[in-house]
Amino acid sequence: MPVDGIHDLGGMQGFGAVDHAPAEPVFHEPWEGRARALMEVVLGAVQPNGGEFRHAIERMNPGHYLTSSYYEHWLTAAATLAVEHGLFTREDLEARAGGAFPLGGPVLAPPATDPGADLSEPRFRAGDQVRVREWHPPGHTRCPRYIRGKTGMVVRLDGSYSVPDVEAHSSGRRHEPTYSVRFDAAELWSDGQRSVCVHVDLWDSYLEPA
Amino acid sequence: MSEGAHHPAAMAPVEQRVAALEALLTERGLIPEGFIDQTIHRYETEIGPMNGARVVARAWADPRYRQRLLADGTAAIAELGFGGAEGHHMVVVENTPAVHNVIVCTLCSCYPWPTLGLPPAWYKDPPYRARMVREPRVLLAEMGCELPEATEIRVWDSSAEVRYLVLPQRPAGTEGMTEADLAGLVTRDSMIGVARL
Repeated sequence: MPVDGIHDLGGMQGFGAVDHAPAEPVFHEPWEGRARALMEVVLGAVQPNGGEFRHAIERMNPGHYLTSSYYEHWLTAAATLAVEHGLFTREDLEARAGGAFPLGGPVLAPPATDPGADLSEPRFRAGDQVRVREWHPPGHTRCPRYIRGKTGMVVRLDGSYSVPDVEAHSSGRRHEPTYSVRFDAAELWSDGQRSVCVHVDLWDSYLEPA
Repeated sequence: MSEGAHHPAAMAPVEQRVAALEALLTERGLIPEGFIDQTIHRYETEIGPMNGARVVARAWADPRYRQRLLADGTAAIAELGFGGAEGHHMVVVENTPAVHNVIVCTLCSCYPWPTLGLPPAWYKDPPYRARMVREPRVLLAEMGCELPEATEIRVWDSSAEVRYLVLPQRPAGTEGMTEADLAGLVTRDSMIGVARL
């Protein structure tokens, strides 16, 4: 079962050139600004758990995700949460829209019934070598796939925050220290890049001592 | 054909889907009067890279501010009145002749809204997110930012709570310029790290 979401794009190949415009407007089309504002309306109305909105984007059909802009992702996730929280139905949306209104797919992760205990003290210090856990959670996570199983060095401690993997699937919370971890490009890609490193910000439970 | 066979209707155009969502939220009384236009106006005029440019210009003009900015980005940026959502935990990374920094969010679209505004489309699209962590030197050159081989490239993937701002190098020949004039030199791209000044 493919559980690693299409949103987890770091390192994927074949996308081609970046369509870069130095003086791009904030909104290209009037609907983009409206979609942005409607997202704020929905978030205010349904008060989702932390991470729940991002996970609604991550649950989009992969083909739709890759062929739509980010304002459309926000529209789709806002509509998904509005339906899941009972503001109205998908049928209501499709009747008004005059066609199909794709939403995010079902949540695959089981509810997190026991968030676990907060971790008050950091397990690692700046300079420590750490390895990222090699695992494939079925729900929301902020641990990108391209660093799993890789070894890096802690370069900064950023304080303790609620773990997204827990809060996206539960009203419970678990707080853990977070770290900025530096990975040499050579460790990540085995392609001989020199003088390149990638920093990823990670919760404590994503890591193990190396 | 079985009775349960479902032929999905064609996807409604995105403008119609936005209008549908807006109509349903309006009917339920969930959209405050004027909220949509105010939100659009705010992002088009008040929250944008002109804010980050003021931070950078102050750091160039005032060495003590630069020190505070690099030590505690959130507090130093708040001195100029900028903060809030997607800017609660700011880390400022400084470019030097030896080190070039660039920011990305491979998982979604994390970006420092109070200082840079909403991210440009290319920052959120798959090519940038996929490639900036895999081949940053190649991608930066493609985007017009060619770096000497000896320059170390540090990529920052905004995957947790911190949001990053790049402090670009002050261009040569700008001694004596006012802070306001300096701010006019600072581009959005230089604060993401895909351009040098």
